[in-house]
This record gives sequence, C-alpha cells and structure tokens, in this order.
Amino acid sequence: MVERRRFGNLIPHLILCIGVGIVGFPVSLAFVASTHEPTIIANGQMPLTPGPYVLENYWRTLFVGAGRSTREPVGLMLVNSLLMATIIAVGKIAISILSAYAVVYFRFPFRMAAFWLIFVTLMLPVEVRIYPTYKIVADLGLLDTMAGLTVPLIASATATLLFRQFFMTIPNELVEASKIDGAGPIRFFKDTVLPLSRTNMAALFVILFIYGWNQYLWPLLITTRSDMQTVVIGIKKMIVTSDALTEWQIVMATAILAMLPPVAVVVLMQKLFVRGLVETEK
Amino acid sequence: MRHPPDERAVFRSRLLPYGLLLPQIAITLVFFYWPASQAVWQSFLVQDAFGLKTEFVWLENYRDLFSQPAYYRSLVSTGVFSTAVTALSLSIALLLAVMADKQIRGGAVYRTLLIWPYAVAPAVAGVLWMFMFHPSLGAIAQGLRTLGIDWNPLLNGAQAMILVVLAAAWKQVSYNFLFFLAGLQAIPKSVVEAAAIDGARPARRFWTIVLPLLSPTLFFLIVVNIVYAFFDTFGIIDAITGGGPAKATETLVYKVYSDGRLGGDLGGSAAQSVILMAIVIALTAIQFRYVERRVTY
Repeated sequence: MVERRRFGNLIPHLILCIGVGIVGFPVSLAFVASTHEPTIIANGQMPLTPGPYVLENYWRTLFVGAGRSTREPVGLMLVNSLLMATIIAVGKIAISILSAYAVVYFRFPFRMAAFWLIFVTLMLPVEVRIYPTYKIVADLGLLDTMAGLTVPLIASATATLLFRQFFMTIPNELVEASKIDGAGPIRFFKDTVLPLSRTNMAALFVILFIYGWNQYLWPLLITTRSDMQTVVIGIKKMIVTSDALTEWQIVMATAILAMLPPVAVVVLMQKLFVRGLVETEK
Repeated sequence: MRHPPDERAVFRSRLLPYGLLLPQIAITLVFFYWPASQAVWQSFLVQDAFGLKTEFVWLENYRDLFSQPAYYRSLVSTGVFSTAVTALSLSIALLLAVMADKQIRGGAVYRTLLIWPYAVAPAVAGVLWMFMFHPSLGAIAQGLRTLGIDWNPLLNGAQAMILVVLAAAWKQVSYNFLFFLAGLQAIPKSVVEAAAIDGARPARRFWTIVLPLLSPTLFFLIVVNIVYAFFDTFGIIDAITGGGPAKATETLVYKVYSDGRLGGDLGGSAAQSVILMAIVIALTAIQFRYVERRVTY
C-alpha cells in the first residue's frame, strides 16, 4: 500500500461486496424461486428466503420435467448437454493437437497453405453462417444426430494456434535426443509431446467445455427431437408465452441445474480456467 | 547439432503430416468453407417464389437490404446495444478490478465470487434477468412499480433494450474483470509509488499513470466486448425479448435468424450473412494489428 488511509481498506471492501452482491443476486433469487410453490411466485408474493419445497421441486425437475411445455425430464437434458460439451471439447483438442503437430514438426508442400486455411476460421463464428451450414448438415442427413450437433462446432482455429505456439517452445534438443534414441514422429508425439501438453490440454478443456455446454443457436436449429434437447435449449422452451402456464419454480430449478456444471468447473479449476482464457485470447 | 533460433528440428515423412492434418482440414472445408462460400454465392442470386429459377443479379440483394428501413433499425439497435454493453461492463469491471488490486485481505475470494458468471450460458442469463424484471411477477419489477415507473419490457422497446443490455453486461463483467486485474497487476508498483512520493493523490495517479499503462488492455477488451455483444448474445436476446417488442431489440445476428426462419428470401438472408462476416473479419483484423503492437510495446 502506498499510503495510509484513514478508514483502512473499508471502501474497497465495501465496493467489492456490492459488486459481489449484484453479480450474485439474480442467481440467489433463482434459487429462492426454485424452492417455493408455483402459486406464490405467480402472484408476485415470493419472499426473499428459501421455501420448503427444495426436494420436491428439484426431484420433479430432474426426473419429470415441466409437464405442460417440454415434457422431458431435465436429468435427460443434462446428460445431453454433458455429452455435447464433452464431444466438442475433446474433438477440438484432438484434431487441433494433431494438425498443430503436423504444421510444427514436418516440412511438406502446402504446409503454410494448410495453416492459413485453418487460421482463417478463427474469424467466423457459426452464428454468421448459420443457414448455409444448417443446409449442409441437412443435406448430409445429420439433423437430429449427435454428429450434426457437434462436428460443425469442432472446426475452429483457436486450439490449433495455441498448440502451435506451445510446440514452438519445446526445445529442439528434445527432438534430437529422441531421434538419437531411434524414435519416430509417432513415438515422439506419444512419449514427449502429449505429456508436455497436459496442462495446456486441461486449460483448453475447461474453456471449450463451457463453450460447448452453453451453445444455443446451433442446437436450436439442429435438434427438433425433444429427447435430444440440451438443458440450455430446454429451459427457454419451458417459458411459455401465456404466463399462467409457465411453471417458474421448475424453470428456476432448471436454471440452477443448468449453470451448476460449468460454474463448478470455473470455480474448482480456477487456475486452469484463467490460463485457458488468457491463452486462447492471444 | 545447433540450429539457428528460428529453425526447428523436424521429422521426415511424406504422408504422415497430411494424415495428421486431414481431420481438421476436412471438417473445416465441409462445415466452414463450403457454407461460407455458398453464402457469398447466394448473396448474388435471386430465386423466384417456387425455387425453380435462379438469376444472377450482382449486388441487387445488397442494394435491397440497404433500402429497407428495417435493416437500418437493426443496425441502430446493434450499435446502441453493443456500445451500452461494452461501456457498462467495462466500467463496472474496471472499478472492481482497481478495488481488488489494492492489497486487501480476501482478494482471491473476491475474484472467485466475481468471475463465475462467465460460465453461465447466455440463454440462462436471459432467463434469470427476465425473471427478476418480469412485469407481473418479477421482484425488481415490483420495486420499480412502487417507485411509480410503468415497467413493462414486453411492451416498451426502450425498457426491453435496457433489460437485454443489463443481462449481457452482467455476464461480461467477469471476463473484463479478470483481464483488467491481470493488466493492473502487471503495472510496476514502483511507478505508482514514485508518483505518490511526488504528492499525486490516488485519483490523479489513476488518471495519469494507471489508466495510460492499462490502455493496451482496455483497447483489447473494447474489441472483445464488441465481438461479444454482436455475436454471443443471441441466447440472451432470444430468452428475454425474442427480438421484440416491435423488433426493438433485433440485432443483426438476431435478424439473420428470424428472417431466415420465415424462409423465402434466400439471397437477402445470404447477403446479411456476408455483411456479418465482413464485420467479424474487420474486428479480428483490428484486434490482430493491436496484438502485434502489444508485443513490440
């Protein structure tokens, strides 16, 4: 601290507490709502303290679902989301580490062309080319399949760039040494590159898992079958236009359940999360 | 064997590198280049009502688009929305980061409690904010009504815009906070201390020393936030307003979606996509120019 303050650090603490409070308020309200009965919420009479229906509401949300709108239990949606997010994250990491390895450790015709072909995709999120991509997935007969849901989102340059940058920092001596030991490119990849990349892979996984879990527009178009719904899609469908039919206690329980996995990943793996966030933005 | 610094030791193989590249190149070509080029191509075509005849019309689809008042309205909404989200989330995040950067107790706890909204899906964030501000049952909406404000974002376009801005900014504060905090921690304490010894008060130190040194981070975040507001807020808008009321919150990305869902004008929809692609490419180019400058800084 540069100078002594009369009130110590009271003001920073105060401002930070207000910030934390504002950031947390929407979620605490959602949690409170998820523990009450629907009539009290619909009347606008909801108290600011949790009610007695915790178990009942979450049980119904997980295993029965919102009866009038989506009709699928949220437990199933969570499984779908988990599957989608994991496939996207693992898929991106797998194809990226391979292509980065090719670009860094081999010299071959069209090497830079291949790199630029991948690099350009950094710029265009799926949102801007949504209908042409949809049409191709439809033509390939992949609507309502896990492949159609995930594979188009796996194409992106971020992870490739990150691995390329990281591979450039691996000292040449390691390559030389393993060549002397008689190792070929595949063994060098398995025995040296993969173990060294473990932290980077984990950091990327955290970021990409959140990216995959939170996808909305793409699954909205690709999946029409209700048993393929992800939780982020399902929660939107639970809110019906006529207010009287919306079961807000179920919607809010779903909101809590939908944010629990990605938030837990961020909080529990904070170091990896921050690292992944900073590195993917370079 | 020594190599020059930029020379890498490599393996020799004729086919293996192509095999390694194949999965990513294949996916990229099929799901990226093919649709993107189709969008560009279709934006120059007009199809008749039955989809039987297509005609090459050069830039007519673009001319059409820019003669529609609806497209201008969407441009203006996007501008208002992204400016407001960027300004709001950046200023709140900067204030919090400056406070957290002071060496106070519990800094790590505050950080944890501030960064988690990053992980909340945009659509879920939209649902949360809709619930708080729902005209008939929202807790905050009732407070506003007792203050005499006629709050109804389902009917009032300006109020709907305020609500989507709040929800979008809420989600983005966490990201900005992390980068601001990292930027602040990279400023050498000795510089700030020297200014303090010269008698500069905290506010003056912030404006004349801290903020200029933070400007690369600030500039980087402005670009990232604009990209976020343009392209990553679809779920928020869809969950809260669905682009309404009366298209008051229809951003460019939302318009591509809702026009396309109605079907019909394939060429116009493609032209909209192409314009969006141009915007992303421009923003990315700006960011990269800046990143290079940051390296040599």
